[in-house]
Amino acid sequence: MSMQAASTEIASRTAAIIDEMKGLEGPLLPILHSIQEEFGHVPKDALPVIADGLNLSRAEVHGVVSFYHDFRAKPAGRHVLKLCQAEACQSMGSEAVAAKVKQLLGIDFHETTRDGSVTLEPVYCLGLCACSPSAMLDGEVIGRLDDEKIEEIVAEVRS
Amino acid sequence: MIPRIYIPADSGALALGAEKVARAIEKELKERGVEAKIVRNGSRGAYFLEPMVEVATAEGRVAYGPVKPSDVKSLFDSGFLKGGHHKRWLGAPDKIPFFAKQTRLTFARCGVIDPLSLDSYKSHGGLNGLQNAVAMAPTDIVKQVTESGLRGRGGAGFPTGIKWKTVLDTAGAQKYIVCNADEGDSATFADRMIMEGDPFVLIEGMAIAGIATGATKGFVYIRSEYPHAVATMNKAVAIARKAGVLGVNVLGSPNAFDMEIRVGAGAYVCGEETSLLNSLEGKRGVVRAKPPLPAIQGLFGKPTVINNVISLASVPVIMDKGAAYYKDFGMGRSRGTIPIQIAGNVKHGGLFETAFGLTLGEIVDEIGGGTASGRPVKAVQVGGPLGAYFPRALFDTPFDYEEFAKRDGLIGHAGITVFDDSADMLKQARFAMEFCAIESCGKCTPCRIGSTRGVEVLDKVAAGIEAEKNLALVTDLCNTMKFGSLCALGGFTPYPVMSSITHFPEDFKPAPARVAAE
Repeated sequence: MSMQAASTEIASRTAAIIDEMKGLEGPLLPILHSIQEEFGHVPKDALPVIADGLNLSRAEVHGVVSFYHDFRAKPAGRHVLKLCQAEACQSMGSEAVAAKVKQLLGIDFHETTRDGSVTLEPVYCLGLCACSPSAMLDGEVIGRLDDEKIEEIVAEVRS
Repeated sequence: MIPRIYIPADSGALALGAEKVARAIEKELKERGVEAKIVRNGSRGAYFLEPMVEVATAEGRVAYGPVKPSDVKSLFDSGFLKGGHHKRWLGAPDKIPFFAKQTRLTFARCGVIDPLSLDSYKSHGGLNGLQNAVAMAPTDIVKQVTESGLRGRGGAGFPTGIKWKTVLDTAGAQKYIVCNADEGDSATFADRMIMEGDPFVLIEGMAIAGIATGATKGFVYIRSEYPHAVATMNKAVAIARKAGVLGVNVLGSPNAFDMEIRVGAGAYVCGEETSLLNSLEGKRGVVRAKPPLPAIQGLFGKPTVINNVISLASVPVIMDKGAAYYKDFGMGRSRGTIPIQIAGNVKHGGLFETAFGLTLGEIVDEIGGGTASGRPVKAVQVGGPLGAYFPRALFDTPFDYEEFAKRDGLIGHAGITVFDDSADMLKQARFAMEFCAIESCGKCTPCRIGSTRGVEVLDKVAAGIEAEKNLALVTDLCNTMKFGSLCALGGFTPYPVMSSITHFPEDFKPAPARVAAE
């Protein structure tokens, strides 16, 4: 697909999402979540369409998208692994867990492996504070991480 | 009677393998040709026993835990469907010491019932509060909530009834009830548990708030890190709407109330109420200056009640059993019960609902059972990332809003993180500043710049560069942040920082001296 066609495609799918949701009170966040679900990220080409559809300036839309940690400017890897780094998990060694995962995957936080298999992110609390250290792999929760579980996770995202 | 097996679908239980256990039980039932009904309940909150499977027998429920998939075959062999003995046998859940010592008002049904069965909710006292409320004048509802002494469970501890009265007394064509379910504080999971385990109690509480204040629309703002809670709440709202609990005629009364579930986008600061309102409106989650209070100009500039999940979920029992019943629990100006969340490096972690007044030591040592690592407790952080670190010397502090304030701490959302003696308090203080820098909304200077400077100065202390001078600088910086920030993020970050410096000075000694001491 040419760049031009890709951007037209993004615009039309974005417009459909806006049409469906703009009746909501305060529709911008639900729209952005839907767009990210649709494309795996919030494409730059979607921003002017949103601005138009909601009668906002492009700057306002950009400001909102860039404010929130969840919205991605580019697609993530096939898997997204989030490791909790908040206090309760710290007390149970989450820093060592992160170091081990980083070493096994060969990437740092906010990076994606070169083969595109996994994106690694820190998260500040999954509400699993009595099952620390915890993680979330593609929306599934995992508690009491130990070496065995870490190796299992790494093997899974690599396969 | 077909046996009933309860297997929690609470996130915490899932994180510990409840799904695999459920699948193993299903498989075993099929292979043995045994008929049984599996109910996916919430968690009762004893995470050291999760996944905790329960079986309903003629003599009542019998619990087993923590169950591993590999235990399932032998559970069936031991006749667990009739409550038979097994190495995982725990007996009647109410008799397990961790539960027996609790006073469950807000969490009475959590982990007991099928979260998405409205019939089950009703048969356990659900909707009685709303039923009473629809027959009352709004001022009387507000009066009852005020008299109960209920204070905001989100952390600020502001009297809920007074907030409601302001909204009731403010004229407005449209008013809103907003539930703050952006539970971002580490060590807290009470909101998540209630949304996953007893979602109707929150819906009921919000409907009562709506009727009491003249608000017809509600929003629950749930953080995106809680996908299971979002899914359960969405299903529960649809069920409640279909059953007439929500809609134009709440429980057949002339009162209209409906609600929507909204999902946050990973910004910690949106747990601050005004920033949450901006986020709901589709803006950057920056903090608003107060006044105007949200009660007067809140969501979309309209009068808005914004309450925490647990505050709203505590309202139904107050409307059901009366203000005096609730108020009878607790101490001083902290009335009723509080769901304490015991987390981190602790043997018996979980949610413990009890009347205010237990001492910190009783909570950590007796209920929590000390550290999971078996090493001595060094510090406990009470109230999340913005709460103070308490040393053992302050373990006689009673769990009460005012008593904690007297000792330069806060109970916040009642989360407690336990650290053993391997914790480095300088590192924890630095993390508090770093976290504030990552999550600052950027609106006010003390928080935005102060947190970054705080990290730098603490790094100098760690490197042994003019430690004394730099500690004085951090203290001064904390003072500026505390009194100069717009909201609790910048304003309370000094709590973990200063408490670490005050109570654990040995961790802030210059690096060479620390090495020599070890």
